[in-house]
Amino acid sequence: MKILTYFEVKDGEIKKASFETASKAAEIAEKLNGEACALFVGENISEEMAKSPSRVNIKKSYILKNESLKTFSNSIYASAISNFAKEREFDAILFPATSTGKDLAPIVSAYFDVPYISDVIKVDVENGDVTFVKPIFSGKAMKKISVEENCFVASLRVNVFPVIEKHCETLVESVEAKLDDVKSSKVTGYEKGSSELLDVAEADIIISGGRGMKGPENFEMLAEVAKLFGGAMGASRAAVDAGWVPHSHQVGQTGKVVSPSLYIACGISGAIQHLAGMSSSKVIVAINKDKDAPIFNVATYGIVGDLFEIVPLLKEEIKSLKG
Amino acid sequence: MRIITLVKHVRDTETRVKVAENGAKLEFIGENWVLNPYDEFAVEEGLRLKEKFGGEVVALSVGDEESSKSLRQAMAMGADSAILLSDPLFNDLDPLSTARVIAEQLKKESFDLILCGKHGVGDDNQAVGSIVGALLNIPVATVVVNLEIQGSDVKAKREIEGGLEVLEMGLPCLISCQKGLNEPRYPSLKGIMSAKKKEIRTINASVLGIDEKFFSKRIKFITFLEPPPRPKGKLIKGEPRDAVKELVKLLSEEAKVL
Ligand SMILES: Cc1cc2nc3c(=O)[nH]c(=O)nc-3n(C[C@H](O)[C@H](O)[C@H](O)COP(=O)(O)OP(=O)(O)OC[C@H]3O[C@@H](n4cnc5c(N)ncnc54)[C@H](O)[C@@H]3O)c2cc1C
Repeated sequence: MKILTYFEVKDGEIKKASFETASKAAEIAEKLNGEACALFVGENISEEMAKSPSRVNIKKSYILKNESLKTFSNSIYASAISNFAKEREFDAILFPATSTGKDLAPIVSAYFDVPYISDVIKVDVENGDVTFVKPIFSGKAMKKISVEENCFVASLRVNVFPVIEKHCETLVESVEAKLDDVKSSKVTGYEKGSSELLDVAEADIIISGGRGMKGPENFEMLAEVAKLFGGAMGASRAAVDAGWVPHSHQVGQTGKVVSPSLYIACGISGAIQHLAGMSSSKVIVAINKDKDAPIFNVATYGIVGDLFEIVPLLKEEIKSLKG
Repeated sequence: MRIITLVKHVRDTETRVKVAENGAKLEFIGENWVLNPYDEFAVEEGLRLKEKFGGEVVALSVGDEESSKSLRQAMAMGADSAILLSDPLFNDLDPLSTARVIAEQLKKESFDLILCGKHGVGDDNQAVGSIVGALLNIPVATVVVNLEIQGSDVKAKREIEGGLEVLEMGLPCLISCQKGLNEPRYPSLKGIMSAKKKEIRTINASVLGIDEKFFSKRIKFITFLEPPPRPKGKLIKGEPRDAVKELVKLLSEEAKVL
């Protein structure tokens, strides 16, 4: 079994989710007496950067290079990746389920002609088969599957798999990428969101507000707490639809699905569509004045009370904790 | 401009889901089927482009006879006609296989643009549209919240972590539509009435010219599982100030997340 992990590099840094994914790949390879390798794509990857998968027991790294890979183009990258995987006879390719991973993986599945399993939250090896657990109906149920001959393209949900530090020597090989004549979209720019906070999809701590926040001005206080945490600010759909916060903050079935270490819900009732987006968070705190709000059913810790009293106190406490 | 919108008939998001028969089946409580919410953005965008450039909007779905309801819904919004790819062979396909079926049909169609929803709620794969685009060798842009077309130049903005990515490509291309792209219209009574008379072309596997050998590696279903149960929570009582102190203590010492 030969398994490849795509390493995502943004602004000169490897996305942490790549190490989460590679940790799992290394574990699968070990259990199946296979080989797990790392794959970097692009012109600006240094040898040193390509060595860093040594942290997670990946013994071989490849860098795919080509003039056409200077800037990100999903189909061109996918062509480079799948041609390389075919040539070197890899059975499977893993991606972190970041926005880039989720963009690339299905296209790779098409070119590589291998089934795609998205947004996986659990991977095991059972009787020689790699098995996957994937949420369906926004996490209201899970589906466990495997793929014939262990040939698959899969994306692994961010923040779910631990980075397993296990150092080894890593060899790096640069390879000239082979590209088919594919028509692709090209990235020509980036517009940074107005917020200086992390995106909910990336943050390890999220504090979210709902209709109970009463108005846009009060989200300022959540943003301040989020900043103290080095985390992100989320929102329910009610708050987004009211125009208090941009949609990029929405957590839930029609927003983002998140699994941070800590999720704090303020003035959010816990509608099924909201729970769908956050109930796999490790620790959930609910602050709500209605003791019967369904959010308390999933909360690890709950405080029944007025958020306008609780949140400022929380901010003070966190401030003194962080010194 | 000939625009194809890929649509899916799905259970609405209120539907409750339970695992039954030891994981062999799912049971649905209060199920109500609708046009996939994200596909509404795709249909709406198609209609707006048609209003601007002229042409036609064709809705396409893979599914059983019931799926024609969502095709009717798309036509009630304003789509001109519909195609239903329907065959027992097409039931419960994985994204790659579904996309291969769709691409097989689209190879026989002319089109300038394919629109689909960001993902189909239920299976939550976020994959079929992109694979269709890849199989047809046209540019793909996913999670798009802003779309501008001038001549054959396309500019799209897609949502990524912390901002928007700007993409450029040419027609024909495939765009997956995210909330924020537009406000889908409600079908008018006139729209609903005229949708009843619009054509749905139903196409099965043999008309499409494929059989079971068409599908290569298969995903093997093992079981359905309930989501992991959440440990029983703790309600923190007391004066607000004490409760918050207690909360922060628990978060740092018991849960160790701070
Ligand atoms: C197709 C579809 C998709 C959807 N997708 C999503 C989604 O992605 N995300 C999402 O969040 N929702 C989604 N929804 C909407 C969802 O059904 C709920 O309407 C929404 O989550 C409610 O938001 P809320 O909890 O902020 O508001 P409410 O349900 O109105 O709850 C407000 C809460 O605030 C509390 N409160 C009020 N004042 C205070 C105070 N001073 N102190 C403390 N607590 C207070 C109240 O007790 C109440 O529990 C979707 C719905 C549909 C139909």
